[in-house]
Amino acid sequence: MKILTTPHMERCIGCYSCAMACARLVHQNLSWLTAGIRIKSSGGLSTGYTAITCLACDPAPCAAVCPTDAFAQRKGGGVIVRKKYCIHCGECAQACPVEAIYLDNTSDPFVCIHCGRCVDYCPHACLEMQSSGNEQPDESGQEVAP
Amino acid sequence: MIRDTFRILQMDLTSGRGQVMTLDGRNDFAGGSGLAAFLFDKFGRPDQPWDTPEQPLIFAIGPLTGYFPLMSKTVCAFKSPYHDQYAESHAGGRSALALRFADLDALVVTGQAATLSCLAVGNHHIDLKDVHYLRGKDVDATGKMLRRMYPGSGHRSIMRIGPAGEIGSAMAGINVDTYRHFGRLGGGAVMGTKNLKGIVIEGDAAFGLPKGKAYRNLFEDVYSRMTTTDMMSKYHNLGTAANLDALNALKSLPWRNLQQTRDAAISGVTGERFADDTLLRNAACAGCPVGCIHIGFVREKFMAENQYLYRQVAYDYEPIFATGTMLGVTDAFAVLGIMDVVEKMGLDVMSAGVALAWATEAAEKGLISEKESIVALRFGDAPAFKQAMQHLGQGANEFYCLLGQGALKAAAQYGGEDFACVLGQEMAGYATGEVYYVAQALGLRHSHLDTGGYSYDQKHDEKDAAKAIAFLVSDEQERVALTSMVSCLFARGVYTPDLLAECLATLGYATLSSDMTTIAGNIQQKRWQIRLATGFDPAQVKIPKRFLEINTWKGQTDPAYLARLKAGYAAAIKSMARLNPIPNA
Repeated sequence: MKILTTPHMERCIGCYSCAMACARLVHQNLSWLTAGIRIKSSGGLSTGYTAITCLACDPAPCAAVCPTDAFAQRKGGGVIVRKKYCIHCGECAQACPVEAIYLDNTSDPFVCIHCGRCVDYCPHACLEMQSSGNEQPDESGQEVAP
Repeated sequence: MIRDTFRILQMDLTSGRGQVMTLDGRNDFAGGSGLAAFLFDKFGRPDQPWDTPEQPLIFAIGPLTGYFPLMSKTVCAFKSPYHDQYAESHAGGRSALALRFADLDALVVTGQAATLSCLAVGNHHIDLKDVHYLRGKDVDATGKMLRRMYPGSGHRSIMRIGPAGEIGSAMAGINVDTYRHFGRLGGGAVMGTKNLKGIVIEGDAAFGLPKGKAYRNLFEDVYSRMTTTDMMSKYHNLGTAANLDALNALKSLPWRNLQQTRDAAISGVTGERFADDTLLRNAACAGCPVGCIHIGFVREKFMAENQYLYRQVAYDYEPIFATGTMLGVTDAFAVLGIMDVVEKMGLDVMSAGVALAWATEAAEKGLISEKESIVALRFGDAPAFKQAMQHLGQGANEFYCLLGQGALKAAAQYGGEDFACVLGQEMAGYATGEVYYVAQALGLRHSHLDTGGYSYDQKHDEKDAAKAIAFLVSDEQERVALTSMVSCLFARGVYTPDLLAECLATLGYATLSSDMTTIAGNIQQKRWQIRLATGFDPAQVKIPKRFLEINTWKGQTDPAYLARLKAGYAAAIKSMARLNPIPNA
């Protein structure tokens, strides 16, 4: 299983193309927040940018606290998201140690599903899909996009 | 589309209250330049001075903002302290997307705050905070403070002014997110007179996208053109700084207050030199994958035993011309050092550099002395220019206060009007020929981006005034279409009228899509009507003698051709302003 990584963020120019691609292609939104990857300046633009995204924990603390299985463990790290089960409790966002889960005004959670669709939109190749190191076969089938 | 109306926030600083309005007019005014003109018509007071508290300070985005790449600019409109007439200035940074996600097509700031204040707006909040303790703080320090005071790092836009704006300098710009500016025509002084030190825009709105594949496919197509073709490579590679070498070779680069148009010393300040020696990294406006912002550095030894500090400074062609060649400074790091002071003061770099170039020649000619300039001004003396920029930004004495109102204002008192390089405002860096001089001098923004006059000069050596004027009128109309969307004008080669129509159609703007050329023409006329209503008479514009004395690749300026162009373009502008196809709703 591959996961989204951000190994070259020192190249980032702050164009937000990745975040907006995720919002556009995965969530069908025009937004720079309702996305699985979000860009922040790390203390003013002079110090460059940081990508806030899922680190593909295994086990994932967000999945562990989800009371409805809307977030389930993904093989190789991260979570499979089934929004139809989500009750907007926000526990997942609380549990994430790196604030990778964004809650909108209705506490609808947005997290990276490691689909890689943002990667091609980075003009400076800051993002890469990499092997998670866990090569066990994925028995859960295709991850479900929200 | 999000809506076929305009959603506006009018913030009255006097009462501290905001009013959200839904206004009709999308199909007539589109957004950006058109929306700003529409709003100035509604809120502005053409017959009253620029610093009347009720005058509006307008920030407007367009129907394509955020939906397509490089639709990343904001139009700022106000009555200018420079000439007390209607003015537009454009900037990017995060301002456009921050307004989009604050769910505002425009922010209109009126009134005057009781104390120096910072305004924060978003889709869920309006807050006017007393920041009297920031009085006199430079742009850099103010930015650091405001970043700590407000939430939303990475998803907000912070606009602020420096000392120049607080003292009412007509050369004061509005800094946007550190590296971009509403630079020209004194928007910073408008904020200053409103007691507004900063504006923080932060929003978290999300909008549904059109169903089906049409929008997605068109986005892919546009994105690909912006990133994988060579159409934008100039901006991505060396950036606009590539123009230095090219214009110098063409004998079109202003040197030492336009006493020369070419100099072998160019090798110290070419785009290549800046990239090889000073470039730290690139940055982008939010929504633009091109990343034309080039950030260099200044490094200063502040103490013995190798104690250094460094700061980052964004450079472009225009700042290098204004603080480099125009001042005779030919070392890239020295140029960045002057720019750094300009940034801190919150001055418009082009205006400030060109004004100091005039002052330096005035000093050479004995019209002013150190009694006026405080520091001895000599072409090439970068440390002196750093001090002078600080004096200009802070209005250190009567001379610098006057100079901050424009080089021609100072020249009227001290002499030297013939060599004040002013074309409506202090010139941009294009000594390309007669068409450009007239285009900037009479252009609505007095900007090199109003029309492609500089480009026309480089492609035409015939002296057909009617043909040149027809070009200026039609080219302005095409650019007005773009600045009503609001596109970065660097993308003008990609966003053809047909592609704009396609983008508008896929979002559901059927009328704008089918008739944008006509609508842009109407907006063009509307802007000229407002400009003339606020006092502009294109027939009265004077082009200083210096522009007649210079030699370019085409030879010396032809005064007869210049006069024909000027009279013809003035008549064309007046003709446009007489037409009135779109009364305000």
